[in-house]
Amino acid sequence: MLTVAALAGVMSLVSEPFASADNLFNVSRNFAFIGLIALGQTAVIATGGIDLSVGSVMGLAGIVTGLVLGSGQPLALAAVAGLGCALLCGLVNGALVGYLRLSPFVVTLGMLSIARSLALVVSNNRMIHDFGPDEDLVLALGGGRFLGLANPVWLLLVAALGAAAWFRYSRLARYVLAVGGNEVSTHLAGIPVARVKLTVYVLSSLLAGASAILMIGWLGAVTNALGQGYELRVIASAVIGGANLMGGEGGAFGAVAGAALIELIRNSLLLLGVDPYWQGAFVGGSIIVAMLVERVRRGRQTAG
Amino acid sequence: MLELRSVGMHFGAVEALVDVDLELGAGEVVGLMGDNGAGKSTLLKIVAGNFAPTSGRVLWDAAGVDLSPLSARELGIEAVYQDLALCDNLSAAANVFLGRELSRRLFGVLPVLDHAAMRRKSTELFAELGSDTRADDLVRQMSGGQRQAVAIARARLSAPRLMLLDEPTAAISVRQIAEVLELIRSLKQQGVGILLISHRMSDVFAVADRIVVLRRGRKVADKPTADSSAEEATALITGAIEAA
Repeated sequence: MLTVAALAGVMSLVSEPFASADNLFNVSRNFAFIGLIALGQTAVIATGGIDLSVGSVMGLAGIVTGLVLGSGQPLALAAVAGLGCALLCGLVNGALVGYLRLSPFVVTLGMLSIARSLALVVSNNRMIHDFGPDEDLVLALGGGRFLGLANPVWLLLVAALGAAAWFRYSRLARYVLAVGGNEVSTHLAGIPVARVKLTVYVLSSLLAGASAILMIGWLGAVTNALGQGYELRVIASAVIGGANLMGGEGGAFGAVAGAALIELIRNSLLLLGVDPYWQGAFVGGSIIVAMLVERVRRGRQTAG
Repeated sequence: MLELRSVGMHFGAVEALVDVDLELGAGEVVGLMGDNGAGKSTLLKIVAGNFAPTSGRVLWDAAGVDLSPLSARELGIEAVYQDLALCDNLSAAANVFLGRELSRRLFGVLPVLDHAAMRRKSTELFAELGSDTRADDLVRQMSGGQRQAVAIARARLSAPRLMLLDEPTAAISVRQIAEVLELIRSLKQQGVGILLISHRMSDVFAVADRIVVLRRGRKVADKPTADSSAEEATALITGAIEAA
């Protein structure tokens, strides 16, 4: 959180266009899509798992939503279809990880490939830009603004506040952290560990689906490349936000701050005229630095 | 309170327990001793409901019972395992209430965790046990004695009548051992029956009313601690004395 403020402060001094209303609007909207998914990813990581499939689930949910819209159906139905696909992906991930105790890395890596491939199959590799009778509604939802903030940013704010309350006050979130802390003892305490895991993978997928629906409204079109490579940025956001990949730690505001930081880094590089080819290096580097900081902090804790 | 009648347990051809009788009353501390593989853990797991004995009967308040982990808990039997089964990343209070969280209703409908009540109740439990453990501390930052207090407080939550303690003094410092022994004494005073498994002869003799020695699945001694000695117990465990 402090890092985000510090970087924003420095950038507004160094670069004139940074602090402009337009740029801040764009930055906030860009990280809203990632931040939303990072909330779910944080819950998954807090159980000691990981969800690599979020980018592909986004692609599949986006394509399905676009296709249903294009066939003349209303947005509500299209959203249900898109979210339904995301739900199915989440159920498969969660069932395999929770009940069959397969490795989350392998299961969600498989789903990454499967969902992307299904998006290709159902779209026949076409770009979908005809959103049917509800087109204006879709574009307004993802691309519009309200009281000076982009709609996705409002949704992120609501979701983050909801997630923060959830982490603090819900029994399920307590179990999520318990599973990540010590799975065996959580099981001995009579907590349904498999069901807890299933729930977080479903949440993660559903948020990826929701983010996809917003994003196609902003983009005004959907291709099956939607969300490609997003898993890295989402996981980076969660980890930079303090989610511990070993499980047992993570919070809602951290995930949002992590997403904001990554987008700020990207934006700053652009404004400073750094070749965009360097972006991957900086985003990747920031994950590693976040891990190092975490290690130093933890080292101090155990020493004290 | 608890009575085992000629309980036997075999895993395939391996006889883990043969014809074991055992009685344990309210407020009584029984030290269960034996070498590795003598059947101590098997016995504990039978009482905790994890294993069903292959022969013999388990009686609770003089009535025969078929124990499962759940039904054992409902009867008031709580086990505290050697590895303590705590979540390091959570606070003491969160661990005490794990799986039995207290909640209140926000605006009369929305169930939310009642952090204040859990903190208050765990602070009370720690005070009752005479432990300096603080409810908000993370288990990760605690001493072995404090962890033991958290594990025992968790088991105490349901006001059990019988507690099964598996090596509660293994792997902790001398000062912490004194703390744990004090915990056991205060539980005894509150009328809780305790089955204590321990390798540490001095601990058993410090708190137990009776010692029971198992050797290769058979009970070879069951007598008041006052009538025995560490030397005799060692001899019984190793087989230097056949039975006493």
